Amino acid sequence: MSETAAARRPKVFGLVRRLPEHLTIWLPLLLAAGHIVSFSLWTLWVSFTPSTLLPEFGWVGLHNYTAVLATRNWRIAFDNLLLFGSAFVVLSLLTGLGLAILLDQRIRGENVLRSIFLYPMAVSFVVTGTVWSWLLNPGVGVQKFVNDFGWMSFRFDWLINRDMAIWTIVMAAVWQSAGFGMALFLAGLRSVDTDLIKAAQIDGAGPFRLYRRVILPTLWPITVTVVVIQLQFAITTFDLVRALTGGGPGIATLLPALVVYDFMFQRGLLGRGAAAAVLMLLTLLAVLLPYAAWRHVQARQAARA
Amino acid sequence: MSALTVRDVTKQFGSAEVLTGINLDIASGEFTVLVGPSGCGKSTLLNIIAGLERQTTGTIEIGGRVVNDVPPKDRDIAMVFQSYALYPSMTVRQNITFGMECRNVPRAQRNEAVARVAKLLQIEAMLDRKPAQLSGGQRQRVAMGRALVRDPLLFLFDEPLSNLDAQLRTEMRMEIKQLHQRLGSTIVYVTHDQIEAMTLATRIAVMRQGVVLQFDDPETVYNRPANLFVARFMGAPPMNTLSARLEATSDGTVAVIGGGETVIRFPVPAAAASWIGRQVVLGIRPECIAEPTRYFGDAPGATVMIAALVEVIEPTGAETIVVLRIGDERALARVSPDLHYRLGETARFAADTRKINLFDPETGDRIA
Amino acid sequence: MRDTTFTPGRILIYLAVWSLAAAWLVPLAVVMLNSVRTAEEIVQTSMIGWPEHWAWDNYRTAWADFCVAQTCAGIRPYMLNSALVSIPATIISTVFGAVAGYAVSLWRFPGDRWIYGVVTLGLFLPQQMRLLPWTIVLRDVGLINTLTGLVLIHSIQGLSFTTLFCRNYYIAIPRELIGAARIDGAGFFRIFRRIVLPLSPPILIVTVIWQFTHIWNEFLYGVTFTTGQQQPVTAALIALSAAVADVPQHGVQSAAVMIAALPTLLVYLLGGRYFVRGLTAGAVK
Ligand SMILES: Nc1ncnc2c1ncn2[C@@H]1O[C@H](COP(=O)(O)OP(=O)(O)O)[C@@H](O)[C@H]1O
Ligand SMILES: [Mg+2]
Repeated sequence: MSETAAARRPKVFGLVRRLPEHLTIWLPLLLAAGHIVSFSLWTLWVSFTPSTLLPEFGWVGLHNYTAVLATRNWRIAFDNLLLFGSAFVVLSLLTGLGLAILLDQRIRGENVLRSIFLYPMAVSFVVTGTVWSWLLNPGVGVQKFVNDFGWMSFRFDWLINRDMAIWTIVMAAVWQSAGFGMALFLAGLRSVDTDLIKAAQIDGAGPFRLYRRVILPTLWPITVTVVVIQLQFAITTFDLVRALTGGGPGIATLLPALVVYDFMFQRGLLGRGAAAAVLMLLTLLAVLLPYAAWRHVQARQAARA
Repeated sequence: MSALTVRDVTKQFGSAEVLTGINLDIASGEFTVLVGPSGCGKSTLLNIIAGLERQTTGTIEIGGRVVNDVPPKDRDIAMVFQSYALYPSMTVRQNITFGMECRNVPRAQRNEAVARVAKLLQIEAMLDRKPAQLSGGQRQRVAMGRALVRDPLLFLFDEPLSNLDAQLRTEMRMEIKQLHQRLGSTIVYVTHDQIEAMTLATRIAVMRQGVVLQFDDPETVYNRPANLFVARFMGAPPMNTLSARLEATSDGTVAVIGGGETVIRFPVPAAAASWIGRQVVLGIRPECIAEPTRYFGDAPGATVMIAALVEVIEPTGAETIVVLRIGDERALARVSPDLHYRLGETARFAADTRKINLFDPETGDRIA
Repeated sequence: MRDTTFTPGRILIYLAVWSLAAAWLVPLAVVMLNSVRTAEEIVQTSMIGWPEHWAWDNYRTAWADFCVAQTCAGIRPYMLNSALVSIPATIISTVFGAVAGYAVSLWRFPGDRWIYGVVTLGLFLPQQMRLLPWTIVLRDVGLINTLTGLVLIHSIQGLSFTTLFCRNYYIAIPRELIGAARIDGAGFFRIFRRIVLPLSPPILIVTVIWQFTHIWNEFLYGVTFTTGQQQPVTAALIALSAAVADVPQHGVQSAAVMIAALPTLLVYLLGGRYFVRGLTAGAVK
């Protein structure tokens, strides 16, 4: 069938008539996708330039990267990230799972309890970081409180102790986000097939064995998800440290996000800052890409089943 | 006049070809049923006719007009969906009039139309309820109402009864048939249920894996299936298919089934003569094997008596299904419920040879 | 069904879970109590203690008088800033996210999968990768150090989440419903307005709560792109805690912290169910 002009005209009319619709569809999507792509590429580009206070053209190859990696700040921040990330993820995972199992015991007041464990998620890290900085401050916080009771030798000065300060961040972060793991795990526990539980009970499994052999194994996909999300949070942590320790004492609790900020807006080294941001992104990708691959395999298996 | 013409339509989803060279020509007033196992592409074809999907190649004509580039709303069709697709936030009345609302039909006219359809389908009492407050059967009626309120060139039904329980399904089937007879509308109706196809259709298109295997009136599809797939798909229990060998005798061509002690010879149509000396697949419907007193007409050789071992007996009440062993193969027979066979006995049966079909064992196509 | 018998094992469980809950409440309780204690009282004892004199005045001071970085207007202007950023950005990102989610879930158009994939990448892209480009963009359009600039940032960045939320919700709407409406003659907008939107309140509440909480609590952009009187309350709180005085003003600061946390806490208390749904929906990307 040959397409005549007459047959083509309605198509053109259609396009014009449907312009508002096309605009509504594409405008937000293009803005969202466009800024993600262009901003990432732009920051990537800046990381290869000699930019300092202002973006500059020029190409310095990997110079910014080697320079960032050589700074003491970055090394400390990255070591901190390894320690903070692993401690925080493990502890908040275990806390979240523990809370979920406790709440799964058909407890009175479960809704109230759930709200209590989750409320920190609703509050800004700036707020919680500030409050924790008071509580952990030896001069006005818990240490002072215990000292006032007469136990004068009691020391709880992690906040101002170079070696221990990072643990205050772990503590506050676990407190703030354990409820998140709890919510996901609880949903997972609740979605375990009740017939499966009945079958195990008929097989004579006690509560402990029931959890260990039947229920917990069904939770591992959720566990992976929780770990990835917590790691994502750990890698990008900024507000909490700013409010709680400010990166100190000294630079003892620096994290990569603070180093990026420091390069970009305090030292005016945009190239270095961009390189540090890209390094952060790479760290994140080291977590997310395996996760995406795992999800892909899972989806394939589910499709085949 | 041709109400719907589907010409060389193919459809690909990515690399998967879901429809292959579909051709249908449907006259005005016909009730066409597309039947086939689930996943064979029936809904896809219906959606292409409706304009909800775009065919990869080929042409759709509705009422003599090529509608390839015409959006669904301008195709002059109405459709009933398997899930009913009632707008959950609207009342029954709003559901039925939504099409008229979109077309800016005056309110008075809308009310008139709703009243007419509600009366026709006996849903007057529930016009102001929301779909969630209706039973399955009531929702089905509303879905029909939404289609019937229009006066389109073509009605499209996508498995409209498959979500109803068995009894309601039979009732609604009858009502749909009556509606068609009364309104004389042109209907394309999709189902995977061959009984629905047989009872409703003026013509049946049997589909498998994106291909229309046969497009004929119900009687032809049932009695002279185009191939083994159609033969086995239409009818429950399905047609018996037994391997046989054609031989020439003084009485004409016969099919020889079984071996050793249980050899059965059925006279077969002369058209199969070219297959003499070769293996074929012989198809005989279960109702063509019955108790020995059954009478299958006077024609010479119409009835052949056979003896076979009784393996399984399944009484259904109205009749009894007996599984027979013939040589290495099994066949079903539908016998009178008053007869009592014993398991393991070799009993006699009468076979109706007039409706025997022969198929090519390689391609499955019908020989005679 | 709740278990009503109290075996020793169950008493232990109750004990464990309620002590943990108490521990979780400690920071909240401490700020609440301190917010009504005087600075002198806190300095003499510690942050942990029952108020001797109920210093309700702390709230008035924190709200309207306290000095943050040379300006003595309390945190009222910063609260207003946060509201002026959070509310429009929440509305804009939710509206556009709902339409975009509707388009990618229920309609097919060329490049739809591809562009949606890129949009969801935004969930993972750290803010540090966007800081410099936003600086340039805000400078070029003259929105540096303005609330409008923050609204712009949050409206666009929020689209990743709002689109994802709505898309995952709308994808469960049967395609047949859209097909039926198209045959009835409804177009893109009418289907959205008459069929999809009436089904949307649950997901819109989730999205609004999520966006509002996130934007209100956001700190990095606030501290980077605004200064002084233009800062949102999170950035102002940091400046406020750093404020030096003869006597540390922990009482007033606690009151300020309470005020700053109140909007999101209220949203959490009123819409907790939806808040949790947002958390879990965001998790199952
Ligand atoms: N949107 C789609 N994308 C990819 N494959 C599809 C799509 N829709 C249907 N299919 C595939 O096309 C085939 C035919 O589907 P359908 O027409 O729904 O079958 P039926 O209605 O006969 O059960 C199925 O294999 C189905 O998986
Ligand atoms: Mg179908």
